[in-house]
Amino acid sequence: MTDLSVDLGFIKLKNPVLTASGTFGYGIEFKPFVDLNKLGGFIVKGLYFEPREGNPPPRLVETASGLINAIGLQGIGVKRFAEEILPQLRSYDTALIVNVCGDEDQEYAAVVDYLDRHEGISAYELNISCPNTKREGRCPALNPLTTQAVVKLVKESSSRPVITKLSPNVTDIVEIALSAQEGGSDGLSLANTFLALAVDVEKRIPKLSNIFGGLSGPAIKPLTLRMVYQVVSRVKIPVIGVGGIMTGRDALEYLITGAKAVEVGTANFVDPQSTLRVIQDLEDFCKSHRIERVEDTIGSLIVRDRE
Amino acid sequence: MGRLLLILEKNSDIFVLAIESIIMHNELGALIVQKQTWKDYFLFRIRGKHIAQESQPGQFIMLRPTKSLHPLLRRPFSIHSVLNDCLEIFFLKSGIGTTLLSQMYEGNSVDILGPLGKGFFLDRELQGKRVALVGGGRGIAPLYFLAQKLLDLGALPHIFYGGKTLSDLPLKQKFAQKNHKISISTDDGSIGFKGLITDLFQLELDNIMPSYIYACGPEAMMEKIARIAEKMAIPAEFSLESIMGCGFGACWGCVRRIKSDTREEWVKICEEGPVFSGHQIIWHDEES
Repeated sequence: MTDLSVDLGFIKLKNPVLTASGTFGYGIEFKPFVDLNKLGGFIVKGLYFEPREGNPPPRLVETASGLINAIGLQGIGVKRFAEEILPQLRSYDTALIVNVCGDEDQEYAAVVDYLDRHEGISAYELNISCPNTKREGRCPALNPLTTQAVVKLVKESSSRPVITKLSPNVTDIVEIALSAQEGGSDGLSLANTFLALAVDVEKRIPKLSNIFGGLSGPAIKPLTLRMVYQVVSRVKIPVIGVGGIMTGRDALEYLITGAKAVEVGTANFVDPQSTLRVIQDLEDFCKSHRIERVEDTIGSLIVRDRE
Repeated sequence: MGRLLLILEKNSDIFVLAIESIIMHNELGALIVQKQTWKDYFLFRIRGKHIAQESQPGQFIMLRPTKSLHPLLRRPFSIHSVLNDCLEIFFLKSGIGTTLLSQMYEGNSVDILGPLGKGFFLDRELQGKRVALVGGGRGIAPLYFLAQKLLDLGALPHIFYGGKTLSDLPLKQKFAQKNHKISISTDDGSIGFKGLITDLFQLELDNIMPSYIYACGPEAMMEKIARIAEKMAIPAEFSLESIMGCGFGACWGCVRRIKSDTREEWVKICEEGPVFSGHQIIWHDEES
């Protein structure tokens, strides 16, 4: 029997497979396909304090092995979530992580403050890296000072662990990761989508109404994996790898590189049972390679000295 | 929100599930049993017993044309027809997904998820009444299934089928064989009325006086039909199209501006549609 559990320090997961926010609805949408109890945990769609309209369509464009989205975090707001959705999710024996959004730092703190008064949440994932809500992808995660400030503020008002989801659209990911750690973040999700553009050559217009969107899917996996590599050796807090995971082998690339857990995202749209398949793949890999604990794969990457 | 979800049946190949009264299945190895080709139009008959049994006109499936990573997403196809344990899809080869699908043959299998969304209004009150079905180009696809069900109900469907030229109307014989009343238009006059299907519809409207109008096709066509229906106070329904990420409400990618009594908002076409009443839809020229 393979032990798939992983310990992030602030939370223990029955396996390393989580769902990426924005690709798994509020969880209940997937109840027909996935026994939520089997997941390491699930991260629900980003919540602002108030309900949010989102961007006009077109919101999606498919590119080579990838998907550019500019949904703009349409959502029901924290009150409806707490009243209507949360009671349906509490009974599951898995970690529920709520993705928290804000237009201003104070809004993140307000969402966390509101949710802190409700039972059944394991941790928060701070979404300071959505590229679709402000012009040209601006967000706190592009700058170490704004990153540290918002993390610090949220940590002060939160009674639960905080994972900070970073943006890949930066020159030096290590600098931002260190600033989130400095702000008190308990963990990092690496990373959000890549700021991207697609053009309709007939009409000569951007294919998305928002002009830019965030690229996800298998196309980005080598890029986020590289960032995980760069960050894990420099921070003390656990890193969760997210970007382009379709199979157990994709997840293993992140784990071997040093991620303590992974989030499955775009794959959920293609195959709503992707998470279960990834978990099964991981178990099969461990069995066939005589690995007793999946944790033994974490950070096992062998890099020969370049000198 | 707050929907009741039940897993009804589960084995390695098929998922059966229920959302309120809606049943959904994932048939991973649905077999293509018949393929018809007309230039760039294709009709596939696919054996998918569970989906076929539950489908209603206006609903759709999400089909994965390949197991490889490009193209990545499933593609939505309206259900063209249902025969016993098979369903049919009718499509125009246009992008990479439909091109790949068009290269498949009898004996190949595809991964399909459905039936999805909410279909057309079908009620006994339509018995003995004339109804108009207006389809443009590939938009005709869901109207065949609808026409058959309307006949079963005892309604009197009249089909309006328009395209650019004769080769855009491959299904006209299929409708004719089932003794449907059909009016045809082409932009170039190569067959039927020369002009737009909406103009032909306007011309014949006084003779037919339908109690209900259904339409699917290009946005401009549907918008014109909506204006006519509104002016004549005839209830009308439209099947909307969108790129879709998932087809089952998780990605929020396929929204349309929809109005209710109290407000206007971005509504997911896959979940609340794809069929909407004319009075709910905000047409593009009304958008700010």
